[in-house]
Amino acid sequence: MSSVQIRDVRKSFGNFEVLHGVTIPIEDGQFVVLVGPSGCGKSTLLRMLAGLENITSGTISIGDRVVNNVQPKERDIAMVFQNYALYPHMTVADNMGFSLKLRGASTDEINKRVKRAAEILALSPLLERYPRQLSGGQRQRVAMGRAIVRDPQVFLFDEPLSNLDAKLRVAMRTEIKELHQRLKTTTVYVTHDQIEAMTMADKIVVMHDGIVEQMGTPLELYDKPDNQFVAGFIGSPAMNFLKGHVRSNGVATFEGPNGVKLPLKTAPTASDGRPAVYGVRPEHFTIADDGAEAEIIVVEPTGSETQVFAKVGGEQVVAVFRERHQFNPGDKVRLKPDPALVHLFDEATGKRM
Amino acid sequence: MAVLAEPVAEVTRSSLWSRAFESRNFLGAMFMVPAIATLILFLAYPLALGFWLGMTDTKIGGAGRYIGFENFVSLAKDSVFWLSVFNTIFYTVTASIVKFAIGLYLALLLNERLPFKSMIRAIVLLPFVVPTVLSAIAFWWIYDSQFSIISWVLIKAGLITRYIDFLGDPWNARWSVVVANIWRGVPFVAITLLAGLQTISPSLYEAANLDGATNLQRFRHITLPMLSPIIAVVMTFSVLMTFTDFQLIYTITRGGPINATHLMATLSFQRAITGGNLGEGAAISNAMIPFLVAAILLSFFGLQRSRWQQGGRD
Repeated sequence: MSSVQIRDVRKSFGNFEVLHGVTIPIEDGQFVVLVGPSGCGKSTLLRMLAGLENITSGTISIGDRVVNNVQPKERDIAMVFQNYALYPHMTVADNMGFSLKLRGASTDEINKRVKRAAEILALSPLLERYPRQLSGGQRQRVAMGRAIVRDPQVFLFDEPLSNLDAKLRVAMRTEIKELHQRLKTTTVYVTHDQIEAMTMADKIVVMHDGIVEQMGTPLELYDKPDNQFVAGFIGSPAMNFLKGHVRSNGVATFEGPNGVKLPLKTAPTASDGRPAVYGVRPEHFTIADDGAEAEIIVVEPTGSETQVFAKVGGEQVVAVFRERHQFNPGDKVRLKPDPALVHLFDEATGKRM
Repeated sequence: MAVLAEPVAEVTRSSLWSRAFESRNFLGAMFMVPAIATLILFLAYPLALGFWLGMTDTKIGGAGRYIGFENFVSLAKDSVFWLSVFNTIFYTVTASIVKFAIGLYLALLLNERLPFKSMIRAIVLLPFVVPTVLSAIAFWWIYDSQFSIISWVLIKAGLITRYIDFLGDPWNARWSVVVANIWRGVPFVAITLLAGLQTISPSLYEAANLDGATNLQRFRHITLPMLSPIIAVVMTFSVLMTFTDFQLIYTITRGGPINATHLMATLSFQRAITGGNLGEGAAISNAMIPFLVAAILLSFFGLQRSRWQQGGRD
């Protein structure tokens, strides 16, 4: 186990720069999730960490050692690939023991460690099978087993759950988190799924277009997004954004589209009339007499909660209620955002105000 | 009554006909007729005729009669026949081994990131594209006793003093035709193995890299096992094609000098067509069959899918 320091790392393919100076400190034993839309550079960064891609500039250190010019096999890391990359011609046991065999470990040692990893991952009855004879979830576990037999400094996961069906993904998510709690090995996990990021991470790094938008604990990112991108990326259903102007003369309010009035707890200083974006999460709406007028378009009950799509000031918003209101399309209701929980972003820069 | 009976009979006949066409089995059989006819006409019949001719003393222009295994008995005492058997085996074994080695090397090379990759691939395919007889004539010139470019270059370089007699000396001639066959056969092996290499997922190499494998270990533990099914197919085809080779030899040496490069195929042709002894020639051809069957059986068992390739759950 060890810490990982990524300092001002850049990556170019030819003249095209995909990472524009990324700095991420990772503490020993931390579970860090790199999350972002596809093309944001998160997988490239992970592959640079693994040594599968060169580092154009900046440094990556594992422990106290700068690994820029260290061969992948000498970095003491293990990686779980998106397609698992299991060796199809080797049994589960051979797949898991391959790295130990290459290192010249004794057969006894290999058997012992493979057996222990198989027990942790409930793979013991499958050790003599070939990858083709396994289900997706089992292959996923073999890939993790291959990583844990080595007892590496750092685990790297590259979208490991994206090939699984929805139910299995939820189960494996828990399994990976549990495994981390048990082994406490520093882990860097790449995904595009913010739910995975929220549920598993000690620290989330939100990336977008080759830069880090924000990093922090899942709840920090949820409660205090630094900018509109993070606000929209974290949380499901996504945060509602309404464009308008801040009014701070007298009672602070926000004048939304078509003059709709929305409450603010306090207005930022010297912000009267400033164009801004008003952000409110779907779960922070209540039905109240002093709310903004809204017309219901679609009602989607999921059982535990109900998602309501409505028009506020001509803009579509989504609200989520745990109570079972009787709504019908076309109904007029009054939606009130909780002023303590709304977010204001600068319209031009997208930064939090 | 008689007037009425006829149309009734007509109706039964036509309904029998149309009922036949509604039957799955009959229709299935009808669809197979073209394929079966082609196979019988162009494969089974010539093969059977060849077997039959091998048992007769047919000469060109004569009817011939059944003589049992007499052709084979006389061949067994014929030193030229045994020389051709030796030549064929030598030719097949050496050429196939070298073709495999060079082909695999080229395939590995072409699988790397190279400048002008597609152009190099096209060049590698060239020997395969040129008609065999044409390339054979080119080799004939290269090996010519007076105009050989190899001899000329070596003399100019001061390495030898006399022109090499490529096709006049038995062993020189054997190696010369082997080289020509290798040149001709490498592209097939290389391109097919390259296709096989490209089916291996790059992430397997990355995983092996992280697992600590050196280049050699990656080749030995990933490339070779993953490529083995394709190697089996390619080498079966390569062996079969080399064993039955005719064009190259016949154009370059015609089996000479003193039968030193006669393969079974060329000897068969010479005895049957040039010499007119159809029966004897057919017998030589038939003698190739056990070797070919052995090669096919070997590859059949080699080709059986190994356990890791089989899908499903047990």
